[in-house]
Amino acid sequence: MRARIAVLALLGVLVLMPYLWMVAASVKPVSEIFRASLSIWPEQFAAAENYGKVLARVPVLHYLWNGVVVCGGILLFQLLFAVPAGYALAKLRFPGRGIAFGAVMLGLLVPPHVPALPLYVAASGMGLLDSYTALIAPFTISAFAIFLFRQFFSALPDDLLHAARLDGMGEWSIVWRVVLPNAWPAATAFAIFSVVSHWNDLFWPLIVVQGHEHATPALGVLYFRSEEAGDDFGAMMAAAVLMTLPLVLAFLLAQRRFVEGIATTGLKG
Amino acid sequence: MAGITISGVVRQFGATPVLRGVSLTVEPGEFVALVGPSGCGKTTLMRIIAGIETADAGEIVIGDRPVTRLRPAERDIAMVFQSYALYPHLTVRENIAVPLAMRRLSAPERMPLLGRLLPGARAKRAAIDEEVVRAAAPLGLEALLDRRPGQLSGGQRQRVALARAVVRRPAAFLMDEPLSNLDAALRVQTRREIVDIHRAAGVATLYVTHDQAEALTMADKVAVMMGGELLQVASPEAIYADPADLRVAGFIGSPRINTLAAEADAAGRVTVAGLPAGLRTEARGALTLALRPEALRPAPAGLPAVPEHLEFLGDGLLLHARHAPDGTPLIARLAPEAREGLQPGAALKLGFAPGRALLFGADGRRVASRADAALVPA
Repeated sequence: MRARIAVLALLGVLVLMPYLWMVAASVKPVSEIFRASLSIWPEQFAAAENYGKVLARVPVLHYLWNGVVVCGGILLFQLLFAVPAGYALAKLRFPGRGIAFGAVMLGLLVPPHVPALPLYVAASGMGLLDSYTALIAPFTISAFAIFLFRQFFSALPDDLLHAARLDGMGEWSIVWRVVLPNAWPAATAFAIFSVVSHWNDLFWPLIVVQGHEHATPALGVLYFRSEEAGDDFGAMMAAAVLMTLPLVLAFLLAQRRFVEGIATTGLKG
Repeated sequence: MAGITISGVVRQFGATPVLRGVSLTVEPGEFVALVGPSGCGKTTLMRIIAGIETADAGEIVIGDRPVTRLRPAERDIAMVFQSYALYPHLTVRENIAVPLAMRRLSAPERMPLLGRLLPGARAKRAAIDEEVVRAAAPLGLEALLDRRPGQLSGGQRQRVALARAVVRRPAAFLMDEPLSNLDAALRVQTRREIVDIHRAAGVATLYVTHDQAEALTMADKVAVMMGGELLQVASPEAIYADPADLRVAGFIGSPRINTLAAEADAAGRVTVAGLPAGLRTEARGALTLALRPEALRPAPAGLPAVPEHLEFLGDGLLLHARHAPDGTPLIARLAPEAREGLQPGAALKLGFAPGRALLFGADGRRVASRADAALVPA
C-alpha cells in the first residue's frame, strides 16, 4: 500500500513538474529564469511585472472569452449531432446502417490535417474566414463522438427503450430523456476530451484567424510571443498560465463529479 | 373494459418460424397465463402485442381497436418487463410519473425548469403526483418514493415497475416473466400482489411465464405454448386434469406425469406390456398411457414395478420406481403412512383407477377412453 502511494506520488510529481515549472517561471524575473542553478521557489518575486505586462499588452480576457465561445460551441454541436447519431447506429434498425457505421469508422482514420486545405478553401469561398463559424463549424460533427456514444449506447438494455416507448416517448424524447442521462460517464469523458483538445488547438485557429478579434487562447500566447515578449520568458510563462487557468479551474471544480460519473454506472436490474 | 384478441400471428426470424399462426383471446378482466418452455415464442408473442416487435402476418385487437399497425404508445397497454426496465436516473416517484407526464403534459410543459412556470403545468403536476402516490401506496412504496432504482432491492424494483404499469389505467396489462429475478419466498408473495392488483384494476392481463406453478396459481385461463404453437387454452384445472396433448401433460405438473407405451387391440381394449389396463378406446394400435404421480398407489393388482428410492417431502412421499417389463421410470406420490411395507428392490404393483388414466395417440393428441367394466381394473 505504502509502496503504491510512493509510486503514484512519484508519477504525479513527474506529470506536474512542467506545469509547476511554468507557474514558478511566471513569477520570476528573467535573470533568475536563466540562472544555471535550479530552484523552484523564486528569490525575487516578479509576478506583478510579468502578469502586468501580459494583461497590459494583449487582450487576455478577450482570448479566454473566444476560447469559451469556440469550445462551448463545438461541444454543444458535437453533442447535438453525435448523441442522436450514436443512438440511431446503436439501437435503431434501418437500411444502410452498416454502411453509415462504416463511414464513421472511416472518419476515425482521417487525421484532422488532411481535410484542412479543402475546409479552408470552402470557408474562404463562403467568406467565413476570421469568424467564430470558421472556428466551430469544421468540428461540429465528430466521428470519434459518434463512435464513442454508439459503443456506450449499445450497452443500454433494449427493454429500457421499449419501456420508454410504451410510456409514450418518441425517439427524440428517448434520446434526450432516457439515453443521454444514462450516458453521463461517456458524455463527461467526451466533453473533457473535446474541450481540452480544442482549447489547446493551435493548428486550425492559426489557419483561419488573422487578428486579435477571434483569436483563441493558444493563438493568443503565440501572438504575445511574436509581437511583444521576444525573449521575455517570465511574461510568456505568465501568459501561458493565464490561458491554461480556466481548464485547470474547471477540472478542479468538477473533479468530484467526473469521478462519480465514471464510478457509478449502475444500470443493472 | 377491453380484451385482447390475437388472430393468426406469424413470425419468422430468418428461416426459423417462431410463431406459427397463434390465435388467443383474453376476455375483458381476465387473467391469462401464457406458459411454455424457454424459446417457445411466448416472449416474442408478447412483444408483438406490445408493438415492440412486428408480426409477419396476423391481427391484434385491443378492446375494439385493431392495433396491429399502431405504435406501442398508441395501443394503450402497460407492460412489466423481466428486467424491470426502470429509468435508472429517475427517482421512484418520477419513474411512476413518466407514463402520465408523457400523456398529459405538453412538450413545453415537460421542459426541465421552464415547464414548471407555464400556466396550468403546476396543477397538472400536482394531479399526477397525487395519482403516483395512490398507485404506490398499495404496493408499500410510499417510503421509497425519493430513492433511485439502484438503491432498491429486486422485489422493490419489481413493485415500482408494477406501479408504473398500473398508474395509467391502461386497457390491458402485459407481464413478461416479472417474477423470474426474485428469490423463491418473494416470488410467492409477489404472486399474490400481482393477482390483487389485477383484481383491483379489473383489466385484461396476459402473463408470460415459464413457471407452471405461477401459471396454475394465478391465472383464470392457462395457454400452453410450445414450438411456436398454442397447444391448449383452458382453465388451470382442465389443463392439469384433462390435457389435450401429451406435451401439455408432460410440461404441466411436478413431478412429471408418468408415460407408458400402451396398445389398443382390434376391439379397442387397452393393454400395457400385455396386461389389461381396464380401459376401452375408439383408437387402435400404439398409444401412450399417462398417469399423474398421485394416481398411482401400491395395490394388489396393477403395473408391476421395482422401487428404487423414496423421497420424503414432509406431507407425502415420492416413490421412484421402474416399470418391471420395460424399465420405464415411474413416480408415485403417496401418503407418508405408505412408507411401511415399501422396501427398495422388493417388487410391488402400482394400481390406478381407470378414470384417472389419460390416453394419447401416436401423434400426441388426446384419445377418448372409458373404464371397461368387462375387464378387471388393474
